[in-house]
Amino acid sequence: MNSFLMQEVPLSWYLLLSAALFSLGVVGFLIKRNLITVFMSIELMLNGVNLSFVTFAHQWHAVKGQIFVFFVMLVAAAEAAVGLAIIIAIFRARATLAVDRIDLMKL
Amino acid sequence: MIDNLHLWYIPLLPFIGFLINGIFGKRLPKWLVTMVALLAPLGAFCLVLVAAAFAFFPANSRDALGPDPYRALSSLPFTETCPLPWINIPALHVDFSFVLDQLSLVMLLVVTGVGFLIHVYSVGYMGDDKGYARYFSYLNLFLFFMSVLVLAGNALLMFVGWEGVGLASYLLIGFYFNKKSAADAGKKAFIVNRIGDVGFLIAMFLLVANFGTLTFTEIATKLGMDPGWNGGVVTVIALCLMLGAAGKSAQLPLYIWLPDAMEGPTPVSALIHAATMVTAGVYMVARTHALFDHSPFALSVVAIVGAATALFAATIALVQNDIKRVLAYSTISQLGYMFLGCGVAAYSAAIFHLMTHAFFKALLFLAAGAVIHSLGGEQDLRKMGGLWKKLPLTFAVTTAGVLAIVGIWPFAGFFSKDAILYAAYLQGPNGRVVCYVGMFTALLTSFYMFRLWCLAFLGKSRSEDSHLHGSPWSMRVPLVLLALLSICGGWIGIERANGWINMERFSGFLAPVIGMRVAVGGSGDVELTLSVLAVVLALLGGVSAVLLYGGASAYPARLAGFFSGGYRLLINKYYVDELYGATLVKPLLGFSKYILGWVVDVGILGGIAWLLGGIAMLAGAILQRWQSGNLRSYAAWLAAGAAVVLISLLVPWTTVWPASIAFVWKVSGH
Repeated sequence: MNSFLMQEVPLSWYLLLSAALFSLGVVGFLIKRNLITVFMSIELMLNGVNLSFVTFAHQWHAVKGQIFVFFVMLVAAAEAAVGLAIIIAIFRARATLAVDRIDLMKL
Repeated sequence: MIDNLHLWYIPLLPFIGFLINGIFGKRLPKWLVTMVALLAPLGAFCLVLVAAAFAFFPANSRDALGPDPYRALSSLPFTETCPLPWINIPALHVDFSFVLDQLSLVMLLVVTGVGFLIHVYSVGYMGDDKGYARYFSYLNLFLFFMSVLVLAGNALLMFVGWEGVGLASYLLIGFYFNKKSAADAGKKAFIVNRIGDVGFLIAMFLLVANFGTLTFTEIATKLGMDPGWNGGVVTVIALCLMLGAAGKSAQLPLYIWLPDAMEGPTPVSALIHAATMVTAGVYMVARTHALFDHSPFALSVVAIVGAATALFAATIALVQNDIKRVLAYSTISQLGYMFLGCGVAAYSAAIFHLMTHAFFKALLFLAAGAVIHSLGGEQDLRKMGGLWKKLPLTFAVTTAGVLAIVGIWPFAGFFSKDAILYAAYLQGPNGRVVCYVGMFTALLTSFYMFRLWCLAFLGKSRSEDSHLHGSPWSMRVPLVLLALLSICGGWIGIERANGWINMERFSGFLAPVIGMRVAVGGSGDVELTLSVLAVVLALLGGVSAVLLYGGASAYPARLAGFFSGGYRLLINKYYVDELYGATLVKPLLGFSKYILGWVVDVGILGGIAWLLGGIAMLAGAILQRWQSGNLRSYAAWLAAGAAVVLISLLVPWTTVWPASIAFVWKVSGH
């Protein structure tokens, strides 16, 4: 085996990846117009956080972090079901998914 | 064994009447309102009678009742104190305490007795008024405060009554509040009285500071212990009290509210603005006489103010045409007499005159009310005349009242006025001047009262309305009773001693409270001469008035034309209202409007308000940009906030903030 491959990936790399995923999610949430893309960005943020959870769980040999990830995934699944239903309902009613157009609540 | 007089019930009963009629009066049937309104003062009067009987005939000394009946009054003064103190601090202790002594007994008899008669009269006089219950509730309220004032054992409780009667007076002057002149007159009375009250208040502060007590008897005791305590702060206190008395009792220069107070219903003028409330000042001076006795200067001020007021008001009364205004100026003049009496330390004579004046002036006002009532509200003397045939009873009682006020023997006014003038005469050369002023005023009094009498009752009728309304019984009975009192009221001062009839009985009665003064140089001859002189002067004034006004003579008009300057001065009341208006009211209103209104209110206060509002609006205009409604901008701020929190956690704040400030500093181009 290559010693490079045998080497364990340092903790900071996971964390950097997690931060990158989260930041991508934030940026996507802020700049994207399509509601589905925005939705996906939220999922990306959630999973970025999940990554850091498992990283720390692995590092500290604490199973709590992994349990928490399952909770997050569960909530994310439920949220996806509800969120997609809302998106479909909005699309049927307004024939658009551009977030800027969904502005009935605006003054 | 009676050991308690329950003095508290005397004010309490009218107060209950006030509450019942004031709260439920509109919903109660009229007869019930009348019952409540009459029973309250009647009950109070009966209580006073019981107290008087107790005072005159205490159980243990009834057998010893000798030929000297007032000697049996050893049980007075009688004090009732509420077990709970009112103010209890180291520097001052004030109780709710009522004191019944000879002085307050006389006042209470007058207040509740005359008050009850005027209540009865009002039943007839105010019978058709819409504010019937309101009127009686105010009248009962007045009796409540007046009896508190009279019974009060200390200056502070007296001040409560003092302010309360002012309130009742204000409410009743402005009883017809739809009429602007009535509402204005009420305000005028209230404001002018406040000026006097400042004096009363300052006097109380000085009393607390110098004597440490407000109880009348303690003040007198402390003064008595130190005979050297003359002038100085005592003079200041006495003068401040005099200012208060001048406000309440309509003396110069604060008399201006009383003529305007005639806007109230006539029984109110009789009760409050002639018989009782306006005499509160005289009562107060008599009550605090210990202070005045220690200040000859304050006493002479009282005498001079009294004499000046008596003369001044009498001259104005000579030419007034409104029947109530004549009586109002006459009241001011008579109050001046009472102050004159106080000023020569003849307090008992002043209180005597207060009592007889209450009888005959209430009578005159009520008779005037009967005339006004009969003529359907006409108050102008020039439109009356010839009423003696149509209103014989009113004519008869008015005649009694006029004879009493001008001091014809043996009517009530003769005795009391004579006592004052005699006391003044014996008070040295200055007292003699005051006495002559009083004599001359008696002449003027006689002239204007007989002028009123002639114009109203003699001659031909000058009324446009020939139909006369009769007076009900409720109005006639008080008139007759008051007429009897005006005739006989002075007789209580007569006593027979040493085979000679003198008038010391009343002052002997009051002596335990205000002391007996031994007149120096007095003799029966002097007194007789003065009395005869006073009666001759009164007859002179009366005869000349009858000659001038008795028939349809042209002399009054010619006289007025001859002395046109003086006449105009008098009919315009010396332009005092105009003078006060120009020197006090206008500058005050101008100051209020321009300095306080424009500069302070609009400029400073309004400016501050606008400034604060402007800052808030500017901040709002800036901050509202955040509230764009754009979800993504909110999310961006959220993310930015989270980033700031994270950064400040990662980097110690002591390095972050100076660094970021330096960064901003650099970025902004420095």
